[in-house]
Amino acid sequence: MAGLLAILVGVLFGAGVYLLLRRSLIRLIFGLALISHAVNLLVFTTGGLVRGNPPLVPPEAQVPPAGHADPIPQALVLTAIVIGFGLLAFTCVLVKQVVKTLGTDDTDSMRANEE
Amino acid sequence: MSSVILRTATRLLLPLLLVFSAFILLRGHNEPGGGFIGGLLSAGALSAYALAWGPAEARRVLRVDPRTLLGAGLLCVCAAAFAGIAAGREVLTGLWAPFEVPGLGKVSTVLLFDLGVHLGVVGATLSILFNLGED
Amino acid sequence: MSLLPALPVLVPLSAAALSFAAWKRLAVQQAIGVAGTGGLLAAGVALLAKTAGGAVLVLPVGGWPARFGIALAADTLSAIMVLLAGLMGLAVAVYALADVDRPRKAFGFYPFLHLMLAGVAGSFVTADMFNMYVWFEVMLLGSFVLLALGGERDQMAGAMKYVTLNLIGSALFLSAAGVLYAVTKTLNMGEVSTRLALIAGHHPHLVLALGALFLTSFAIKAGLFPFTFWLPASYATPPVAVSAVFAGLLTKVGVYALLRTFTVVFPVMERNFRILLLLAGITMVLGVLGAVSRFEIRKILSFHIISQIGYMVAALGLSISPDPEIRRLALAGAVFYIAHHIVVKTNLFLVGGVIRRLTGSFDLKRTGGLAKSAPWLAVLFLIPALSLAGVPPLSGFWAKLMVIRAGLSAGEWLLVAAAIAAGLLTLISMVKIWNEAFWKPAPSPAPHPRPGRGTLLAMTAPIAVLALVTVLIGLWPQPLLDVAGRAADQLLDPAGWAKAVAGDLR
Repeated sequence: MAGLLAILVGVLFGAGVYLLLRRSLIRLIFGLALISHAVNLLVFTTGGLVRGNPPLVPPEAQVPPAGHADPIPQALVLTAIVIGFGLLAFTCVLVKQVVKTLGTDDTDSMRANEE
Repeated sequence: MSSVILRTATRLLLPLLLVFSAFILLRGHNEPGGGFIGGLLSAGALSAYALAWGPAEARRVLRVDPRTLLGAGLLCVCAAAFAGIAAGREVLTGLWAPFEVPGLGKVSTVLLFDLGVHLGVVGATLSILFNLGED
Repeated sequence: MSLLPALPVLVPLSAAALSFAAWKRLAVQQAIGVAGTGGLLAAGVALLAKTAGGAVLVLPVGGWPARFGIALAADTLSAIMVLLAGLMGLAVAVYALADVDRPRKAFGFYPFLHLMLAGVAGSFVTADMFNMYVWFEVMLLGSFVLLALGGERDQMAGAMKYVTLNLIGSALFLSAAGVLYAVTKTLNMGEVSTRLALIAGHHPHLVLALGALFLTSFAIKAGLFPFTFWLPASYATPPVAVSAVFAGLLTKVGVYALLRTFTVVFPVMERNFRILLLLAGITMVLGVLGAVSRFEIRKILSFHIISQIGYMVAALGLSISPDPEIRRLALAGAVFYIAHHIVVKTNLFLVGGVIRRLTGSFDLKRTGGLAKSAPWLAVLFLIPALSLAGVPPLSGFWAKLMVIRAGLSAGEWLLVAAAIAAGLLTLISMVKIWNEAFWKPAPSPAPHPRPGRGTLLAMTAPIAVLALVTVLIGLWPQPLLDVAGRAADQLLDPAGWAKAVAGDLR
């Protein structure tokens, strides 16, 4: 399972990079989204794929019972999804403004200011 | 968009979803739910409204500027952080009120933090979505 | 327990919250802007007073012990960085009173400045690898908005590059943090440090790959070669107040992360450090060559940021030396260099802003005559400019001296040659600004309206204060040398630092 997911992570990264290298800003957004998904999946997979119990501490106990899943990779992924969502939403606004100001979504036409 | 069905549906759904979002926020303390998903529900309800009636109308229904909501949310988070210090404990330590509020259960600074997250998510999402919808 | 390590985060965050709540009231936002950044400066001073003796202040957030919660930790290096962030924040907040135009201020200059400062300060005081990622993102979000404020053509194109490159950097950082957790089962930097030392014995390649991931992501933030070109493309476009705070702080957060990670968190990486020297040397020369060929003040200064990053990373790279004296000198040099550079670079951008206000342009071809019409500005320009080039007795001289001495003792002749060449070229490009903006006669009978007295005062006061700091560091370097040495001692003692940060939980 981990091997399969590793391949998927690679495919997502590859597709993301391919989209980033295209000239259209819209594809760039999709590329960034794919890369952030690839990273989330990577963190999730490397954290260990086990069928465990939820890591809940029963009343009257100090530690969760043995055989629970590690909650931290999931917490990391959850946080990263939230952050990624915020940044991607901002990027959408930015791209909208760029297209409005420059009148194009072609990244090649953005080089004009670089002397 | 001027579909009558969408307009009527969003008008009816808006209060329902807002109440549901409050429910999710309160439920989130010990069960699945919480400020983030609750905030997204509220923001979703309002953005559906904006889709049907236009962002200007949605802003009117919301009454306050979404960025003010964002500020209020951050303030709640900071207050929750300082509450721990005021009680002589570490920053962000959860504190529970010794009494129960009917309908809410035990109120705590954890809930205040979650409320801050809720408001922050509504504020941030809506200011971005309204910006995308307006020209 | 002490609340001090949390203040650098809580103060700007509260200021951001209040400014967001006062979205429509500009006067309130401005007052909070100055008070909030002043508060951050005060927090930095208090922190430095507590840690200058070599103590590490640790704060387990929420009362959770290190393994279960996130810990904030402030050592001498963190304290220096927070203090400088506060000083730059305050300088820019005051400068912006007069320089940032009304629509931009109304669109959230101050709230997002505070948000960015919270992210910057958070990165300095956190002792948790993932938490550092979160603060990086907070900082990025603030900087994204600041960079795009106003929405002029060049700005949009620059912002697009900045956003894309930084998002890719963040993705790499997140992957690195995730894999780090998978390998060590902890994110507390102290615990990571001790566990990596054990793991490196069995899986050296795994640790190497992790180090490479962190190196790449931080190098993107710091603008290290080969990830340099987004920097001049974006830093030269927003209003000067924004460029100034970016120039002073943002790339330095990347350098700080490199410094933190590759001294105390990855104490096992040493043998692979030579790559840092190579990258640093190329960065130095490349940056300064870019600067020499440009004629726009902000572009020139942006390229110099890159070149200076090279010196700091070179100092970090020199800390592989087996000789403990050289290691200490190199790391103290890195800290000293960062402190000097933040002050000087921010100041130069602010001076650039005044030049534009007086002559109407950032383009050196269209400026001139300022030595006669504004002799006070000439003095205020020369101090940071000569300091940047390393002319004694200003702060930059000591900074360069330490790095070059460490390089000489370590026998890295090529690096030293690159550093000296870059220093000379820096002097040339500073002299170019001097000649074109100050010395040569004004190209046309100044059609530009001179700003009012109050405006000029608000813009000049921060410049004068920062120039004073540069002169003071130059004339009395000993206090800063002592503190930098203390910071270097802490960075050279991973075991002691790790023990303090991870607590007694083992």
